[in-house]
Amino acid sequence: MDAARPYVAAFASRFLLMLQYCAAAVAGFATQCWWGAIKVMIYAAFYAAAPGAADASPMSLAQAITYVWMAQALLALTPWGADPDIAQAVRTGSVAYDRLRPVDTYWLWYVRSGAWMVSRAAPRAALMLLAAGLALPLLGLSDWAWGPPTDLTAAAFFAVSLLLAVALSSAMLMLVNLVVAATLTDRGAVTLYNPLVIVLSGNLLPLALYPDWAQTALLMQPFAGMLDIPLRLYVGQLSGAWAWAGLGLQVFWTLVLILVGRAALTRVMTRLDVQGG
Amino acid sequence: MNSLALLGRYYAASMRAQMQYPASAIMLGTGAFLVTIIDMLAVWALFDRFGQVQGWGLGDIAVFYGVISASFAITDFFTRGFDIFGSAFVKTGAFDRVLLRPRSPTLQLIGYEFRLSRFGRLAQALLVLFVGAALVDLQWTPEKAVLLAWTIAGGVALFAGLMVLQASFAFWTTESLEVFNVLTYGGVQAGQFPLSLYAGWFRNLLIFIVPIGCVAYYPVLALLDQPDPLGAPAWWLPTAPAMGFLFLAASFLAWRAGIARYTSTGS
Repeated sequence: MDAARPYVAAFASRFLLMLQYCAAAVAGFATQCWWGAIKVMIYAAFYAAAPGAADASPMSLAQAITYVWMAQALLALTPWGADPDIAQAVRTGSVAYDRLRPVDTYWLWYVRSGAWMVSRAAPRAALMLLAAGLALPLLGLSDWAWGPPTDLTAAAFFAVSLLLAVALSSAMLMLVNLVVAATLTDRGAVTLYNPLVIVLSGNLLPLALYPDWAQTALLMQPFAGMLDIPLRLYVGQLSGAWAWAGLGLQVFWTLVLILVGRAALTRVMTRLDVQGG
Repeated sequence: MNSLALLGRYYAASMRAQMQYPASAIMLGTGAFLVTIIDMLAVWALFDRFGQVQGWGLGDIAVFYGVISASFAITDFFTRGFDIFGSAFVKTGAFDRVLLRPRSPTLQLIGYEFRLSRFGRLAQALLVLFVGAALVDLQWTPEKAVLLAWTIAGGVALFAGLMVLQASFAFWTTESLEVFNVLTYGGVQAGQFPLSLYAGWFRNLLIFIVPIGCVAYYPVLALLDQPDPLGAPAWWLPTAPAMGFLFLAASFLAWRAGIARYTSTGS
């Protein structure tokens, strides 16, 4: 247990610090409500326009609506761009201190990045649950609301899958951090990577709604495990053997990205010039 | 030096600064292009699965989207100063220096930065617009070209109005209100679909409160030679973009009130 203590402490301190950014959370929440409302209304219009295609769709409208609200709620859990603290540490040279600490740099940055994402996501998810999961049904708008999970099994799978999503996203974020560390800028390459995450994580459109011929490839790629797989488990769109396959894919990609990340860290650190004096 | 020449100097300096890092500027532009073009990917996937929506096809939506997105891209070139006004000018006290200079603060803020990366968004908008127009077989005439220019001008005025309003609020809050992004970026998002797809309350919000519909939905209907399925009279469709200019004028009233009560935060 003692070996884990510095990492637990790093996670907790970052989490508490980020909770201070309340105003940003409120603004983010308003944006997500707006986006969610637009998407829900647009999907409803499409489903209503073509009843035949709606029946054949791998995802019902109710499932899609729940998916939209949850995707908005968990937006900050997706690895969009580098952890700003790590980008700054590299720019200012304080990365040298991180290297001197008697802990593994990879895991230190990994838990910090994870805490950064979770702390930004948690308050927004809670607000969204209140708004879309509680307020909408109370207003008599249950058809437009964030619905409960299909059943207890789905809920259990979702809970495990969400934890795996955090592990996977943190591993991905580490790769982004390392690109920033190597290139010394958090702009540039990262702006090209953003659209990839938006599309492939299911944030733009539930992956199940893309054309049928693309489905297998969309499920296998690593970004699915960061948002799409947990949400599909929640709405019951992946069940039985497919549910286990979803979890398996998340574990597989997490391990792969951690291995790549550790190798990349070693390379980057041997070449790193420490900035500043 | 007259105002336009001064603005030219401001922008030339800003562009030179950005071109010090040409690779970064190009990548930011490409990123802006890609981040916005993927919106159309989702729309395409929905049409691929569902065929049509209320009689609209992919080409129609692309025209709606292209018009509103082009308006926003053009606005974004020259409103950066207003966008970050709270955090960069009020909070830091830098607005004191702006007020001391013998030029209007509005001009100086317009000249604050000219962001080259916005060419990526503009390119995306125009590409989507003209591909959409080709898909619906839109016949371009001089009248239609004028209508398009008028529509985009109205959209630019509306988005500029939102930016000025956002900056005006900063006189009271001393911070940039991120909530306004809902109306700017979110406005583009909302304006890319015909209003008839939305619920009534949301439609009214987009017509009467923040008139996004007036600079996208109505004039684009005229561009596509479609009557309004919601029943607006035909003369209103090409007239609607004027609301954008009204909105801008109202925003400048708020801006003046803000400047009049400005007290420095400096020490």
